[in-house]
Amino acid sequence: MKKTRLNQVHREAGARLIEFAGWEMPVEYRGLIEEHLAVRTKAGLFDVSHMGEIIVEGPEALVLVQYLTPNDAGKLLPGQIQYSALTTPQGTFVDDLLVYCLSVPDKYLLVVNAANTDKDFAWIKEKGAGFKARVTNESDRYSQLALQGPLAQEILQPLTEIDLSQMKAFNYAYGQVAGIDSLVSRTGYTGEDGFEIYTVSETPEVIWKAIVDRGEPLGLQPVGLGARDTLRLEAKLMLYGNDISDKTTVLEADLKWIVKFQKGDFLGKAALEQQLAEGLKRKLVGFEVIDKGIARPHYPVYISGQKVTEVCSGSYGPYVKKAIGLVYLPSEATAIGTEFEIGIRDKMAKARVVPTPFYKREKK
Amino acid sequence: MYPENFYYSQDHEWLKVEGEEAVLGITDFAQKQLGDIIYVDLPAVGKTVEAHQTLATVESVKSVSDVYSPVAGEVIEVNQQLIQTPELINRDPHGQGWILKLRLKDKSELNSLMKAADYEKFLEGLEH
Repeated sequence: MKKTRLNQVHREAGARLIEFAGWEMPVEYRGLIEEHLAVRTKAGLFDVSHMGEIIVEGPEALVLVQYLTPNDAGKLLPGQIQYSALTTPQGTFVDDLLVYCLSVPDKYLLVVNAANTDKDFAWIKEKGAGFKARVTNESDRYSQLALQGPLAQEILQPLTEIDLSQMKAFNYAYGQVAGIDSLVSRTGYTGEDGFEIYTVSETPEVIWKAIVDRGEPLGLQPVGLGARDTLRLEAKLMLYGNDISDKTTVLEADLKWIVKFQKGDFLGKAALEQQLAEGLKRKLVGFEVIDKGIARPHYPVYISGQKVTEVCSGSYGPYVKKAIGLVYLPSEATAIGTEFEIGIRDKMAKARVVPTPFYKREKK
Repeated sequence: MYPENFYYSQDHEWLKVEGEEAVLGITDFAQKQLGDIIYVDLPAVGKTVEAHQTLATVESVKSVSDVYSPVAGEVIEVNQQLIQTPELINRDPHGQGWILKLRLKDKSELNSLMKAADYEKFLEGLEH
């Protein structure tokens, strides 16, 4: 099992550690609900060093990224980031990812899911074989911390010379954090404002401890993977393996906004164009469980007594205080308010299609 | 930590025996493993179970866990407070967070359960 450079810090903080995607990671510290609410109301600090970092570099780096992903990376300037995907020729997901533009057109950082890093790296190497671009898997060098929540900027600003007030969402800057060279981006996976801090330093715990020291008096808590999952679900952010996979297309996942058909050819373009022309047979929607009980991944979903599919993500949402989830329903059953049933153990529980995200933060 | 006068099962239920009846709950270890409990599926009063059958279901944010009956018996009361405040199990697992009361079918079945000291040893074994 791999350990992040912050493993000892988590142990000292009393975290409960579990294996996730081959890594020993903190699942919770003081308690999932408390951590979840801290992020929504104050701030939370996450170790997400398990995430993968793949660098594409060379004269055709942009050309390769454009070929591999449906969003238009050609629009990115250095300092900018976009959400995108690695798509198969069928328009389904190899992974979802963030594309960081380091230099136009020759250097891009792809931040990918921990569980997919090796697969993604192999995919990019294979598909990129004919391009003048070098692909390197830098994942083990990077530590990544996420500071999320309404107080994130207030907590981080005194620790860095980067002017955070000038950093817009999906932008990044280089600078020191607590004296450690870092890349700081205004991104996250919680539905809150916040930052992700990348460093190749061997001592990322210096950053962790500085943020905790400064943040704890303001209500910051360390947050584990448990609350990370419920936070991202309330914000309807995708989890690979649950909500998106190589069996679901980008359009079915309701992510048409990351597909830029005008930008030129990319893997899956023809399949997605065809699917768009023919109309979607199913679509990912959000639901609430009306009856008692919590729907969880793989629970059976019924329409008019017929099993049609299974729940993708499903959990209790600690901030919205409801049992919520995501499921692919036949297009004719995706209208807001449509009711269906979920088999929760030996009972049939009523559920209803609702607008998403389940939680949206108020903009200042 | 673990009350001396309770009986404990390997599935982390406890029983507090009062005559022919027993109060049942889950142990502090179990509630910590589950995390924040948000829903308890209680059985109907009058339900009879054999040893090792499912009595109730406890759900935390991230997981679902069946509560097994360590012994045979009949459910004679359930903790109605858990419907509104399931977190009582986290706050006070050996007290206010009790789940239900059973009328015991055969008190000799209690001999198969652990006393507090044995249960604590059992837990130490799990942690290594």
